[in-house]
Amino acid sequence: MIRIEPRETQSRTFTLGVPILSAVIALALAAIPLLAAGANPIVAYAEMFRGVFGSVFAFSEVLTRATPLIFTGLAAALAFRAKLWNIGAEGQLYLGAMAAVAIGSGVLDVPGILLLPMIVILGAAAGAAGMVAPTYLKTRFGADEVVTTLLLNFIILIFVQMMLEGPLQDPMSLGWPQSAPVLDQGMLPPLMERLRVHSGLILALILAGLAQFMLARSVWGFRLRAVGENAAAARHAGINVKRSLFGVAILSGGLAGLAGVSEVAGLKGYLTADLSPGFGYTGIVVAMLAGLSPAGVVIAALFIASVFVGADSMSRAMGVSSFLADLVVSMSLLCVLVGGFVARYRIVRSSTARAAS
Amino acid sequence: MTDSIVLKLNGLSKRFGSVVANDDVSLTLNRGEVLALLGENGAGKTTLMNMLFGHYLPDAGTIEVADETGVLQPLPLGQPQVALGAGVGMVHQHFTLAENISALDNITLGSEPLFALRRNRREARKKIEAIIAQSGLNAPLDTPVGRLSVGERQRVEILKALYRRARILVLDEPTAVLTPQEADTLFENIRMMTNEGLSVIFISHKLREVLAFSDRIAVLRHGHLVGEMATSEADETSIARMMVGAETPELASTRIAPGSPVLTLSGVSVSGRSKRDTLSAVDLTVHAHEILGIAGVSGNGQSGLANVISGLAQAEQGLIRVNEVEIDAPTPAAMVRAGVGRIPEDRHHEGIVGAMSVAENMVIEYLDDPGVQSRGLLRHEAIQSNAERLAKAYDVRGPGVDAPARLLSGGNIQKLILARVFDRAPRLILANQPTRGLDMGAAAEVGRRLLEARERGAGVVLISEDLDEILGLADRIVVIRDGELHEAPGRDREQIGLMMAGEPA
Amino acid sequence: MMDILNILLSESFWAASLRIATPLIFGVLGALICERAGVLNLGIEGIFVVGAMCGWMAVWLGAGLWGGVLVAALAGAFFGLLHAILTVPLGLSQHVSGLGITLFATSVSYFTYRTALPNVSSPPRIEPFQPLDLPILSDLPFLGSVLFQQTALTWLALLLVAVVWYVMNRTALGVAIKAVGDNPDSVDAQGLSVYALRMGAITVGSALMALGGAFLTMSAFDAFFFGMVNGRGWVCIALVIFASWRPGKALLGALLFGAFDALQVRLQTEIGALVPGQVFLMAPYILSIIALVIAARSADYPRALLTPWFKGQR
Repeated sequence: MIRIEPRETQSRTFTLGVPILSAVIALALAAIPLLAAGANPIVAYAEMFRGVFGSVFAFSEVLTRATPLIFTGLAAALAFRAKLWNIGAEGQLYLGAMAAVAIGSGVLDVPGILLLPMIVILGAAAGAAGMVAPTYLKTRFGADEVVTTLLLNFIILIFVQMMLEGPLQDPMSLGWPQSAPVLDQGMLPPLMERLRVHSGLILALILAGLAQFMLARSVWGFRLRAVGENAAAARHAGINVKRSLFGVAILSGGLAGLAGVSEVAGLKGYLTADLSPGFGYTGIVVAMLAGLSPAGVVIAALFIASVFVGADSMSRAMGVSSFLADLVVSMSLLCVLVGGFVARYRIVRSSTARAAS
Repeated sequence: MTDSIVLKLNGLSKRFGSVVANDDVSLTLNRGEVLALLGENGAGKTTLMNMLFGHYLPDAGTIEVADETGVLQPLPLGQPQVALGAGVGMVHQHFTLAENISALDNITLGSEPLFALRRNRREARKKIEAIIAQSGLNAPLDTPVGRLSVGERQRVEILKALYRRARILVLDEPTAVLTPQEADTLFENIRMMTNEGLSVIFISHKLREVLAFSDRIAVLRHGHLVGEMATSEADETSIARMMVGAETPELASTRIAPGSPVLTLSGVSVSGRSKRDTLSAVDLTVHAHEILGIAGVSGNGQSGLANVISGLAQAEQGLIRVNEVEIDAPTPAAMVRAGVGRIPEDRHHEGIVGAMSVAENMVIEYLDDPGVQSRGLLRHEAIQSNAERLAKAYDVRGPGVDAPARLLSGGNIQKLILARVFDRAPRLILANQPTRGLDMGAAAEVGRRLLEARERGAGVVLISEDLDEILGLADRIVVIRDGELHEAPGRDREQIGLMMAGEPA
Repeated sequence: MMDILNILLSESFWAASLRIATPLIFGVLGALICERAGVLNLGIEGIFVVGAMCGWMAVWLGAGLWGGVLVAALAGAFFGLLHAILTVPLGLSQHVSGLGITLFATSVSYFTYRTALPNVSSPPRIEPFQPLDLPILSDLPFLGSVLFQQTALTWLALLLVAVVWYVMNRTALGVAIKAVGDNPDSVDAQGLSVYALRMGAITVGSALMALGGAFLTMSAFDAFFFGMVNGRGWVCIALVIFASWRPGKALLGALLFGAFDALQVRLQTEIGALVPGQVFLMAPYILSIIALVIAARSADYPRALLTPWFKGQR
């Protein structure tokens, strides 16, 4: 007879070890598709490693790629902490990006020095609005936010295409569905000469630190944790559960919106409908790998970004499809899930069961 | 007489970690007999029955069950399927019924081939109706179980076992959810069944019904079988002493003149999702220095009343006054601010956030307090020292105040909640089923704290399904039925029982 | 106004509605079986992709159309089983596991497709299912020509509605699945295996979902594209709530959805000049959200949905 029992204590080794081990296992499992694609896994891993650590440029690309993932990872981590299933970071990212180009391309006559702060604030606000709506439908009508946020992703993406062929279209783009560029004063300054890594990364790191601190030390964080762990008890204890949910919805949506702002105003300079290769969805993996800890999000985002950048470079060198990166990312999510199980439960086998049967 | 033995437990032992749940327990059960298994919470009654039923595997010991011909056969252990097949049926305290299918489907579930294209419902119905005729266990067969009353569900639960040809029926605290009168009907049905040759073990901690309805009594204490006797030779005091090991601690309850009202409900109505949280035009006054007991069969509006007092439900009509101040927007937070201490019914689900630390759970109701936070940041050290002080004063034992609250035992979780509530010296205390599932020591502690608060000048609303508890603590008793409150004229058990059942007193 | 009436009365409109509804019928039935057993399967979107890719690829490799359908169903069952292992015996978060399955199944499909066809500019086509001409039925007025335009997979979907209805309402298996989604203890106490019932339901349900994907590449279109599933799986998750977990209402919901979608395509040609085309593209998703909001209040969720169950813990 095999039984599953919760562990009484969770050791630190598990909380730290599980995500790391999951990442390693997922990477190791990638050998199977690599072999299937006819590539030598060892060579492929070496190529990936070179693609990440091979040069300053390579690593700066990892940082660039990690920046939006920190934002969307934080968005997912905070929401999931409150058991608010925001799967809509992808859409909220585009809302933030749209707000950024709408303001940043000079539609509003804003003094130069105020332009960047306005882009950041209104971009976050747009993303937040994208999460407040499903949260309202959840608290008011009981409509499952998983489904509404997922569907909103599609609606928002189509809306972006509509805007890019309409009001937001760059008159100079010769009919391409592309927005007018963000003015120079509205751009997030780059961190290093000739490299793409930009100050959006600094903003992301600051917000991650702030989230980590607030979650552990503030009354706000206390309420959020209580609501997420046991909403009924939180409500009984006098915590306004709805307010907490809306609070975290605003933050989560806002962070996802900032991912869009950072991509547009930090990297691309303009908006197209293929701005995000699924940063919103990948953010969920980042958050889960991070064990929903904001500090962990930074590390997990760096790992996932390395996988993408490394796989891209390996793909160029060896002709193996770069979808390999998506495979590794999704496998690491499944591995960390199973790992979480191993950390939380132990399997007990009663030896006498054999004798009895 | 040995040929009439249908069940023998031989030296069963079971440990959970360091806790000995059962130690060398041996018991026999005769054909057509009602054996009462008595013991306080945690004495090992349920563990013993779970071993019989194959849910737990004993560490030592054997079980023998009589087969169809009456010959004792060893029962393979740890296999519910086999126990079921050998004719052992169990009716759990928490019903194992699916509410979205009919009684008939619940009864036949698992006894038909799953992959057959057609079901033979007609034959099943005939068989069930025959059992009903024999046992008197009447229940509508085609209504989804979700729409049946508690008594009907219990009968379905027993029918399930009988349909499977149970020759031995184990009933775990069968009367906990019934009115005294419904309980009487149940025991009549049991009599009818035992006359047909069924043998019954019923687990209880209510001495009165055990004395009235069983043939034989077995008492468990701390996992040991401490006594066995024919019911005709037993009396209440001797059994009680056997169960507890010593005299039941007397609760010193001296009369104190009630003071000014601390809670007034006038014409309060709540329309809940079901009968259990619905109140209709309720009037209630609780005074300082007074424990008001709310008696009633479970599911008659107790949740509704508790929700109103704890601020979880908004009254559609009526006035709520706490300490003679009207509460116009009752929320849990407003109630805490108004000086209401709340001990919730479900301490695991509503009382604590299991994943958060003991210390955090001790301040969770007072997050706006300057002793807990300053400018939005938690005062870590203050929270810590508060927790250590309370853990000491209220004897909360466990792996420490930093450990997650879920690691505490049920009794210690309740002590944590008591500490959180009583430390603020509330003027009004709502205690909803405060001793349910606690062992006698912890239950006595709860009673002592409630009496202490009453002494100090608090008013207490004590909601309990255990009439004995109410009779032991309350200065005044009100019966709740169908969302209405009726003041009990006296302390007569029989009369209160009738009021609970809704018959004219 | 007349235009809309004309559209609604045309046979081609209803034929299109049924065509659009077909993958959703598979998907909603699949989701319904999983959720009736108490497990949310957010892997549906990825399982659609897997079904679409595997079914198509099997045909392209010469397995024949029905061979393709079988391969798609098996592939769906495989990913369903994975979700089942994670959520049933391991009791992990159904939300996260489902999303993980979607990401995993999607990336497996895309990687496989890219690896098999590294350098194609336009996706290779297969000979898809052709409309099925059934002797007597096709002769019926109106209905005949609506149905006459459908392929065998649509017929299969309609047949499955009846089969799922029958199993759920008329067999012991259906009773057990409904019971395990309401109160697993009820099933366990009667000696049935909660794990087996749930895992079986998820596996079979996922196979049906994959058929929805296969319909896309083997009937609606004749090739596999990236992003072709485009949220259809999520729409099914909304529709199953709208359908109150009943096969009949699932068919109705999918048909209504198909009708709205077909209507917007036709309206687009009528009033397309006035409104940007994207408004019509958004319509199905908005419709799903509206359906969800309407249904959510009164929704009678299977009581044990999302709650893991472990043997021996009550």
